[in-house]
Amino acid sequence: MTGRVLADDRRVDVALSEQTRVEISRQKERYPSARSAILPALWAVQHELGYLAPAGMEEVARILDLAPSEVQAVATFYSMYFQKPGGRHTVMVCVNVACALRGADDVVAYLERALGCPSGRTTADGMFTWQSTIECLGACGYAPMMQVDHRFYENLTPAKIDAILDRVAGEAGDDGHATMQAVAMPKAPPSVAPPPAEAEGPPSDARMPGTVKGESVPGQKRRRRGRPEGNDL
Amino acid sequence: MAEYKLLTQHIGADGLQTRAGYERLGGYQGLREVFRRFTPEQFIEQVKLSGLRGRGGAGFPTGTKWSFLPKDVFPRYLCCNADESEPACFKDRYLIDENPHQLIEGVLIAAYALQVHHAFIYIRGEYHDQRLLLERCVEEAGGAGYIGRNILGSGFDCEVIVHGGAGAYICGEETALIDSLEGYRGQPRLKPPFPALKGLYGKPTVVNNVETLSNLPHIVLRGGDWFKGIGTERSTGTRVWCVSGHIERPGCYEMENGRPIRELLEEEAGGVWQGRRLKAFQPGGGSMQVLLPEHLDLPLDMDAVMKAGSSLGAGAMMFMDETTCMVNVSMRLVDFYHHESCGKCVPCREGTYFESDLMHRLEAGTCKPEELATLSDICDNMNGKCFCPLGDTATWFVMSAYQAFREEFEAHCGAGGCPVRGGARTAALVGAS
Repeated sequence: MTGRVLADDRRVDVALSEQTRVEISRQKERYPSARSAILPALWAVQHELGYLAPAGMEEVARILDLAPSEVQAVATFYSMYFQKPGGRHTVMVCVNVACALRGADDVVAYLERALGCPSGRTTADGMFTWQSTIECLGACGYAPMMQVDHRFYENLTPAKIDAILDRVAGEAGDDGHATMQAVAMPKAPPSVAPPPAEAEGPPSDARMPGTVKGESVPGQKRRRRGRPEGNDL
Repeated sequence: MAEYKLLTQHIGADGLQTRAGYERLGGYQGLREVFRRFTPEQFIEQVKLSGLRGRGGAGFPTGTKWSFLPKDVFPRYLCCNADESEPACFKDRYLIDENPHQLIEGVLIAAYALQVHHAFIYIRGEYHDQRLLLERCVEEAGGAGYIGRNILGSGFDCEVIVHGGAGAYICGEETALIDSLEGYRGQPRLKPPFPALKGLYGKPTVVNNVETLSNLPHIVLRGGDWFKGIGTERSTGTRVWCVSGHIERPGCYEMENGRPIRELLEEEAGGVWQGRRLKAFQPGGGSMQVLLPEHLDLPLDMDAVMKAGSSLGAGAMMFMDETTCMVNVSMRLVDFYHHESCGKCVPCREGTYFESDLMHRLEAGTCKPEELATLSDICDNMNGKCFCPLGDTATWFVMSAYQAFREEFEAHCGAGGCPVRGGARTAALVGAS
């Protein structure tokens, strides 16, 4: 459990923090069978390290009392687990039909220009890894969309994409925007109604942070009333 | 005609995502009443009477599914299927976002009817915010005595566990969901034994969709007989329709079963966008066969749409205007199944690969005319021959589109580019999967 030298010479410390180990043990207690905690345990590893480092999977196996190969077999089945380190943020564009009908190709082309690298690659500054081969993310009514880390951004336009990328790149990572690294497990729930959203930045409650409303879609009926409008871009 | 809004009637009300806000609008009354009015067996009878059919796609009668559980075998488990990943479906996300406690109440009512003490909500990994919201709501509900030991003094105990997936469409198939929840690769199991006999941890298990469960509080309060009066004889109640594609107002709209599809398109969704004409639509999500403008007057009724050669599936309507290339749409859907095939059975794993390869070449205009027969052949060798429905459904849209738009498929052969959309535009995107 020491630092590992990666192919691109970046040294990444793969030792899991005490907090992540405690989280994995907590997940183990939630289920009638410890093995059921594999998926949440792998999430905890990825949220800390940004990807599933082999040593992290071994630690999951140790805590859950499984063979490391079993954990790895599960980890490689699911598309949201990263087997390799990527950029600080991940950008994923849905290109399935509902998004494609409303301009996903244009979003892909725009992102390729804006980020300056092809899909599947990481920007030169290490800020973004992006993918244009993502299947339906369940935002068909608010297409086109992209997912940045754990957040959905919908009804996209070029101007919105620019603003989202600028904002995400400028964030420290722990101020509410979800980087794959920084999103922790749920905090203690608020005992009262969540506070209203700030004018700038994502709202801090869990109602639908990150949803960008479609002021660019004329005549769009506001079916999702009662939503924080805080991070319109 | 009276307009019924059940599941979405309070959406938009202040604080509906909190326990207090939900209770203010009558929330958790269904749970209180189910303990008071019904034994578990009596409530199962009510659900049978209601005619409620599963909203996840297959449309199996919920009460019948429940009654398959063997008597006196415990523990039993309930899994709420929130792994919504079907192309064009986003209603479960909408129901969770907007009215999460309604789902939790439905889960608890089903748990009581089935005498389950551990209920799981399996939610797809991409719905991260919705998972956090559900976890917060479960904690809130537990704090108010709706979850845990001796719920509301009834003597009934139940824990609700929210479980996040990690990106796998196949986990929406009930046995794959169970495998995934047990901590394995999410691959479907051979049936029989059905989950009702041997499911999660080898015990009797029921898997129900989010929307199905969200109906239960209403059935408790107003009775199965009342519910049966809404909709059509064999498609009772309302459904939350996901409407997407080339329309003015995409979104989720609740409408009772039996109304014409045209009404959903024209009145709720504002009609086809930019004043264009409708070319085709898919009535049940990415898996289902294509329908044409002449089918718009069909009722929103599972049997009627099935008779027309398609299915209402999970209630997702995707509309395509006259500029749409059906080959391109087919290619993207085939890519989806290729990407999501779990690899367990050969017809699906290999078939989706060949299908996808051929469709990409067809869209790029480099396919020979005789290869269209190969496409039919590949699909013939998949449909009905795969281990689970994923492989079958990977052929339904493309085959129905080939039948309905044969000249368009033929025009692509050797065209050197998509003759409908223009070759240059699609080239940027090809290279998926």
